[in-house]
Amino acid sequence: MQKLINKDAVMDNPWTVMKASTGPEILQAVPGKNFIVPLQFWKLYSEELNDYDGAIAVWIDSDENPAQIADALHSLPLIALNFPVFSDGRSYTNARELRQKYAYEGEIRAIGDVLRDQLYYMGQCGFDSFELRHDQDAELCLDAFKDFKTGYQSTIAEPTPLFRRR
Amino acid sequence: MYRYDGYDHQMLADRVAQFRDQTNRYIDGKLSETEFLPLRLQNGLYVQRLAPMLRIAVPYGMLSSAQLRKLAYIANHYDKGYAHFTTRQNIQYNWPALVDVPDLLADLAEVEMHAIQTSGNCIRNTTTDQFAGSAVDELEDSRAYCEIIRQWSSFHPEFAYLPRKFKIAVCGTADDQAATQVHDIGIYIVKGANDEVGFRILVGGGLGRTPVIGKEVFEFVEKKHLLTALEAILRVYNREGRRDNKYKARIKILVKETGIEKFKNKVVEEWALIKDSSLTLTDEEIDRCQQFFDAPNYQELSNSPTQLTDKLQSNILFAAWHSQNVKLHKVTGYSIVTVCFKETGVAPGDVTDRQLEQIADLADQYSFGEIRISHKQNIVMADVRQDQLYILWKALESGAMASHNLGLLTDVICCPGGDFCALANAKSIPIAESIQRKFDDHEELTNIGEMNLNISGCMNACGHHHVGNIGILGVDKKGEEYYQVSLGGSSKSNASLGKIIGPSFAQEEISDVVETIIGVYKDKRSGDEKFIDTFNRIGLDPFKEKVYAKAD
Repeated sequence: MQKLINKDAVMDNPWTVMKASTGPEILQAVPGKNFIVPLQFWKLYSEELNDYDGAIAVWIDSDENPAQIADALHSLPLIALNFPVFSDGRSYTNARELRQKYAYEGEIRAIGDVLRDQLYYMGQCGFDSFELRHDQDAELCLDAFKDFKTGYQSTIAEPTPLFRRR
Repeated sequence: MYRYDGYDHQMLADRVAQFRDQTNRYIDGKLSETEFLPLRLQNGLYVQRLAPMLRIAVPYGMLSSAQLRKLAYIANHYDKGYAHFTTRQNIQYNWPALVDVPDLLADLAEVEMHAIQTSGNCIRNTTTDQFAGSAVDELEDSRAYCEIIRQWSSFHPEFAYLPRKFKIAVCGTADDQAATQVHDIGIYIVKGANDEVGFRILVGGGLGRTPVIGKEVFEFVEKKHLLTALEAILRVYNREGRRDNKYKARIKILVKETGIEKFKNKVVEEWALIKDSSLTLTDEEIDRCQQFFDAPNYQELSNSPTQLTDKLQSNILFAAWHSQNVKLHKVTGYSIVTVCFKETGVAPGDVTDRQLEQIADLADQYSFGEIRISHKQNIVMADVRQDQLYILWKALESGAMASHNLGLLTDVICCPGGDFCALANAKSIPIAESIQRKFDDHEELTNIGEMNLNISGCMNACGHHHVGNIGILGVDKKGEEYYQVSLGGSSKSNASLGKIIGPSFAQEEISDVVETIIGVYKDKRSGDEKFIDTFNRIGLDPFKEKVYAKAD
């Protein structure tokens, strides 16, 4: 089972990430779940999702853009951003853009190849929660948010750059 | 030069502790090879042909004497007694053991140095003119802006996993010595309307497999908007740069495929969101950074003192060195000295621990305790009193550092090549040596005049062969090492990429080929025309005919 953490603690995970290749029949087969559905699924099956009795969130892959879902963002309680592989850095920009451009205030979750050594930067870019890859040690991962006491940049976590704080 | 405060020290200490933990987890088998790879690269550590290679960051090439002594200690303690200057104004060691690297980084941190982001798909060391602050043709000292960019780009959380590496250069002089136009972002300090000083920004230049000259994305950016402009460019690149093929992942390919106008529109759109955000630079911050580069305590002196002119007349060797390696300084009575590390038989850019210590001592005595590394792999003492040039030269001579071939054919830019580098197709150091041996007559070298000969052992182009007046590229031809020759490259203000002359040559043919090329130039030049100008006038064909006629 993959563990979920925020920046302080291990969390319960009421959400299930729906795989990219899933068809709409799953909604009837598995009622009452809280699904994080792929962006394409959300666009294709909006009517079916409206009728569904569980909560719905959306995940955006690294080669997709929050612009594709801009109008609906504020109705979503959670948006997950996928890391197909940890070295794919596009979701950092997507996270920042969700906060900066779209002023999204809901939960932003990192999913996919989410590893200890990238967590600090993810935290700075606006991610709130982290669904760790199955082999990661959750307690060890919590330490990652203390890797640096401060940074130079203007980030989502610390919008004032160091040169204005010195 | 820039000095760390508590914040800078804290970040560096955090980084050393982080990398120590990562290295330990890797050694314990808790971190896979694949996962450790980008972490070690972002701390400068490659696994090379013979041993790990560690690249130390030298921000915009500046070093203090205390830092030089630490580098000498590291060369002696962790390496085999030498270090290597790179074409990004950095320093490399070829022999440190992996387990020692965290300690080595802790030693470096004591003198405000590190290996952060010297490799990997992130923003690398920002480079500039090695004469910054002393050059006569400078609009403004580029180093304060380099430092501002250094801080913004260090540990940038959004841009640590870019599609590919990213290099920025800043140039404040009329004569571009920083190869600015072949960088992912090239920044020229320029005057705009009302004589306001700001930046002209180019994007998408680069060498490697697909050499490209950068294109203008912003004609004029106000100083305060520097970081937001850079951040907007990086954001477009991070999202849209290709990740399906590492050979097409640099920003130059994105700019080419998108078209500069469309790319610019995307950047402008991103920029609008952050242009007046808290990332907008303040006058206080620009002042703060500029103060670190205030002029040193220059004395009131006059040009051409007798201590200099007497020796220039009486000592031919000193005069030769002076005419080649000593340049004009913006302050009367001072000169800029370049110590050329291109002694025949020594790998270009290699320096011993003893030499590093000697340079530190000489910097303390004659150049306010500071030096710079140039992208041509030499060392610059930027503030030497003219009346002390002769004693400095005597001291350099005693340390075998008085080569007077700066800017001449034998002042070769050369990557480590197949002797050290795992990526190389061919050796490059022996090629440099064969050419240096062929052209061992100083009079002949000065007769040939200004010339850049650049050698890379593979198409990654660390030796900048595309922008050499003569460029040599090592290629693999059915398992044999061959060399492709190109002519007419330049990394100056009117940057150009060399043209390939024809089929490649075997190692033993190269020095003869260069000799033939030089022969054609000498034959065709008019007056004191430089090689590059003759080439631009007569084109490739006369060289081609002669070079291949001889081969038949």
